Amino acid sequence: MNYEFLSYLVILLPLSAFIINGLFTRNLLGSASIYAGYITISSIFLSFMISLILLFQIMVKSEQFIFDPISWISISHLYISFGIILDNLTIVMMVVITSVSLLVQIYGLSYMHGDKSLTRYYTYMSLFTASMLGLVLSKNIVQLFVFWELVGVSSYMLIGFWMNRPSAADAAKKAFIMTRFGDFGFLFGILYLFSVNPAYLDINTLYSAVNNGEISSYSATIISAGFLVGAIGKSAQFPLHTWLPDAMEGPTSVSALIHSATMVTAGVFLIARFFPLFDISNIMIYVALIGAVTSVFAASMGLVVDDIKKVLAYSTVSQLGYMMFALGIGAYAPAIFHLFTHAFFKACLFLGAGSVHHASGTFNMKYMGGMRKIMPVTYIAMMVSSLSLAGLFPLSGFWSKDEILAHAAHQENLLGYFVLILGLIAAFMTAFYMFRAIFLVFHGEWKGGGESEQKELIKNSQSVHPTIVEPHLEESPKFMIYPMVILGALAIVIGFIVNPLIDLLFIEKHAFAHFITDNYEVFNGDKTKIYKAGGSPKFDLLIAIISSIIAISGILLAYALYVKEKNISIQKNLSKGVIYKVLSNKYYLDYLYEDIIIRKLFYKKLSGFLRWFDENTDNINVQISTIVTRFSRSILFLQNGQTQVYVYGMFIGILVLFLLFYLRGGLI
Amino acid sequence: MNLNDLKLLSPEIFLSLSSLFLLVLSLSKVDAKKIINLSIISLIITILLVCNLWFGWLFEPSTKNSLLGSFTSDKFSLFFKLLILLASLITVFGSFQYFISERTKNYFGEFISLIFLSVVGMMLLVSSTELITIYVSLELSALPIIVLLSIHRSKLGIESGIKFFILSAFSSAILLYGFIYLYGLTGSTNLLLIQEYISKMSLTEGSTFIKYGLIVSIVLIIAGFSFKMAIVPWQMWIPDVYQGAPTPVAAFLSVASKSSAFAVIIRIFYTSFSNEDLMLDWSLIFAVLAAITMTLGNLFALNQKNIKRLLGYSTIAQAGYILIGLAAIPGTNSINFSGIQGSMYYLAGYLFTNMSIFIVITIIITRTKDETIDGLSGFIKISPVYSIILLVGLLSLIGMPPTVGFMSKVIIFGFAINSGYPWLALVGVVNSVLAAFYYLRIIRFIVFEEPPKDKLTQVHLLRNNRTILAGAICSILVLLLGIIPFILLEMSKKAINFI
Repeated sequence: MNYEFLSYLVILLPLSAFIINGLFTRNLLGSASIYAGYITISSIFLSFMISLILLFQIMVKSEQFIFDPISWISISHLYISFGIILDNLTIVMMVVITSVSLLVQIYGLSYMHGDKSLTRYYTYMSLFTASMLGLVLSKNIVQLFVFWELVGVSSYMLIGFWMNRPSAADAAKKAFIMTRFGDFGFLFGILYLFSVNPAYLDINTLYSAVNNGEISSYSATIISAGFLVGAIGKSAQFPLHTWLPDAMEGPTSVSALIHSATMVTAGVFLIARFFPLFDISNIMIYVALIGAVTSVFAASMGLVVDDIKKVLAYSTVSQLGYMMFALGIGAYAPAIFHLFTHAFFKACLFLGAGSVHHASGTFNMKYMGGMRKIMPVTYIAMMVSSLSLAGLFPLSGFWSKDEILAHAAHQENLLGYFVLILGLIAAFMTAFYMFRAIFLVFHGEWKGGGESEQKELIKNSQSVHPTIVEPHLEESPKFMIYPMVILGALAIVIGFIVNPLIDLLFIEKHAFAHFITDNYEVFNGDKTKIYKAGGSPKFDLLIAIISSIIAISGILLAYALYVKEKNISIQKNLSKGVIYKVLSNKYYLDYLYEDIIIRKLFYKKLSGFLRWFDENTDNINVQISTIVTRFSRSILFLQNGQTQVYVYGMFIGILVLFLLFYLRGGLI
Repeated sequence: MNLNDLKLLSPEIFLSLSSLFLLVLSLSKVDAKKIINLSIISLIITILLVCNLWFGWLFEPSTKNSLLGSFTSDKFSLFFKLLILLASLITVFGSFQYFISERTKNYFGEFISLIFLSVVGMMLLVSSTELITIYVSLELSALPIIVLLSIHRSKLGIESGIKFFILSAFSSAILLYGFIYLYGLTGSTNLLLIQEYISKMSLTEGSTFIKYGLIVSIVLIIAGFSFKMAIVPWQMWIPDVYQGAPTPVAAFLSVASKSSAFAVIIRIFYTSFSNEDLMLDWSLIFAVLAAITMTLGNLFALNQKNIKRLLGYSTIAQAGYILIGLAAIPGTNSINFSGIQGSMYYLAGYLFTNMSIFIVITIIITRTKDETIDGLSGFIKISPVYSIILLVGLLSLIGMPPTVGFMSKVIIFGFAINSGYPWLALVGVVNSVLAAFYYLRIIRFIVFEEPPKDKLTQVHLLRNNRTILAGAICSILVLLLGIIPFILLEMSKKAINFI
């Protein structure tokens, strides 16, 4: 079998779905055609199948595929190629992307049903899936950057999918601009790498250069710093995290696929992809610190948000912080493992949020309550995923989170303990806010959903967001239920199955960790490096018990505050405190960015200065153009249309050439 | 002439025969549309024959050279043959409306047949490896164009025909004079033998007569071909001739004729004058000429009102960019001749860019008889499809990514810097800004001006599926080759193996 062709096919299938839907379905079948969904789903299904075949191939034969690249530009020393790198990291990402994408697309059939632009929705979704797959398969950094930007563009288009809503358009713009800041850093890193040696743009060449010690620690630091900034933007880390909660303006299925399971993990993927380079740089400690700070910082904001999707968004930011600090302390395998498990339970939670909205007509948890009787399947799926996210034994989140924390504890240095403590605090908050959400939504009394929120908003003469609609209390249709059930089931078992503590039937002990660190290109077969990167993790009972206690206490606190009737007064008192205010205002970061930096500094000061500069120098460029135009007119007499003049010109030209030879001195 | 010669010459032979056949056929009462279709088919067959020689589908000739070493059918010549044939195919295909218009319908047969003959001349020109053959093919390619220029017998047409005729005669004379010097010095007309002889001469010590003689012949040969390549100061015929010429002829002239001249000058200089000392000299000459040509071409264009004249100046400026590739000889450390690769890439991209513009302009002028830029006011409202084709072409001429124009400029400026002419790249970049001025002015008229009221009624007259198809294919190729340049780069890399 031709594996190179298959790997290209993985990208090309969704891409062709994008082209077919964009060019033909819309024109031939209309803008709300369900066939667009079928086309997208079938193409992604095929991609998923191919990914499984490739995964099987890599697992059984334990070989990695590096195919000869196609040269894109080759002009003397500038050589940029496009190609496929299919290693263990890539195949894990591919399986995550295709499987989650497949389930989300199926979910979309019901969730987006009746939307006027269904074709557009599936067109963008196909583009996104194709570019995300291209990103993880890229062999060249320039190619990776192209797909990186394509992913950004499709995210932009999907956040602003309901483009006639100003809030959605603003959120899309914000997401795009905020990630652009990161992309600038990424691009800077690429350009610096290019200036070091253009050949290093090829990722495999870069790996071998790092292994042979051809790249100095100094240049590795600069390049990694640039890449880290890119990763911060894409993975919504502090201080560029503010776009992700706003990005929830997009359809919920988009949030499930792009803003939890796949695109936002691209930053983590980027660092994992260039792990050897980061390893020799002095940047790793910053990766760890940024990740650890973000994990607590975002979780703390998640404690007070009333919008269920925003709770999940902060949770995503926090969990990405987990992965980041795991990478920062060198826990390569646990980070990827957490990425893997997180994708499933977080996607399930988002789909659940969509399902809840489907019934209640709002995303605001204050107006929900008691929905577990109405939608038991959603309840169970979300419950299971929340437990998994909180890190309860033996759900999948427990295994991956525990590995990260154990790895931090085993560092036995200041950084290790610092991130361990922050990680535990974040774990506590995670358990609390997730179960706060669960209790508010599914327990207690029904508080009227979208209807009563509408009334209250109108009473306070505030604008009613278009997502707030009349509730119709019933369980969601089957296309929405099945993906949730599958993802919920995965949230339970996948953590233990792929990375078990003991030898299971076919699966050896720590299969995932071995598999992901069995990446010859990255670790070069170096035993100590593999061990350091979490290749054979040790299960730490102490850490496991501590983190479990913390998670359970978080859940219990949430239970005490939000389910027990008598504690409602405490809840109300808490919401009057200063901390609550700071948290619900997102630490005033949006205010800082948008009001102080953008409006006051950028618009008033910088733009004012530029305007002054422009007004006072405008004349200069007008003058230049006038001079050029005049000069142009003055030489037009040479083209006076008389043949004899032209002949003179020809002979003068010959004389000039002789003169040139004479002045050059060369032969004469 | 043996069987191998027949194989090598199969495209040329087929095209000459079909040219004569079409001429005769057009005298009969066969429907015009059928004849035009037949001519398109015969061009496609010729293209397939050329491809066959490249890939060796049907038969593979035993050697590449024939006709006593005066003709070669290497990949370099095949590359340019493809360019020339594609240019004429797009011209004939896209100008359907023009052929059946009132002015042309009585002699479109002659028109097509003469274009074919000129194409045959150009194809022979890029294949010839011997001075006499080069000269004869050059004349074969030029003479039909003289007739084509004045085919309408309008005042401007006849003027442009006569100007072209006189100036082309002068430049041929100059060229021949250069050839004579070369022959006198080396005793041979075969390019390879000349190269052998020159490499045997010790240029640093040899007699001054030989050195002067070589310089005279180099200068005269450059001057002679510069007429065809539109290099300043041998470019002056261009605007007048373009303005007076029937638009399809101008299109054909701007791409096909220029490509063939570039091909033959590359062949002469990289075979006969490939001596290292000599290279440094003529490379500088080309660099200076490129700088002058770009600058003056753009400066002349700034104030133009007539769109055909403006396009004429634009082709001059573009010729300057292409010439950079010739100047960019390999540096002392590397031995790849990639500078020409850049020129070939540029020419191929320029073919599609310019053709897409010209065929749209042809149909507009055929319909509205208005050749001024103002005539394009608000054209995007009158005909969005044509406007988009025009916009893509103009953006490519400016050098906007992701069009092929951008990529070719990047490549060619890169070569200039690599081979030690950073100033030339700088001049090129400054010129790109200059050029953007007048191209953007056209875009401004097309997009941002209001169309005159009476023009809106002419919408239906403009619609022509063939022109749209040809233009759309060109536009797509302009974008595609800009995004995926490696196909063309690989082709041109294979093609420059003759060195």
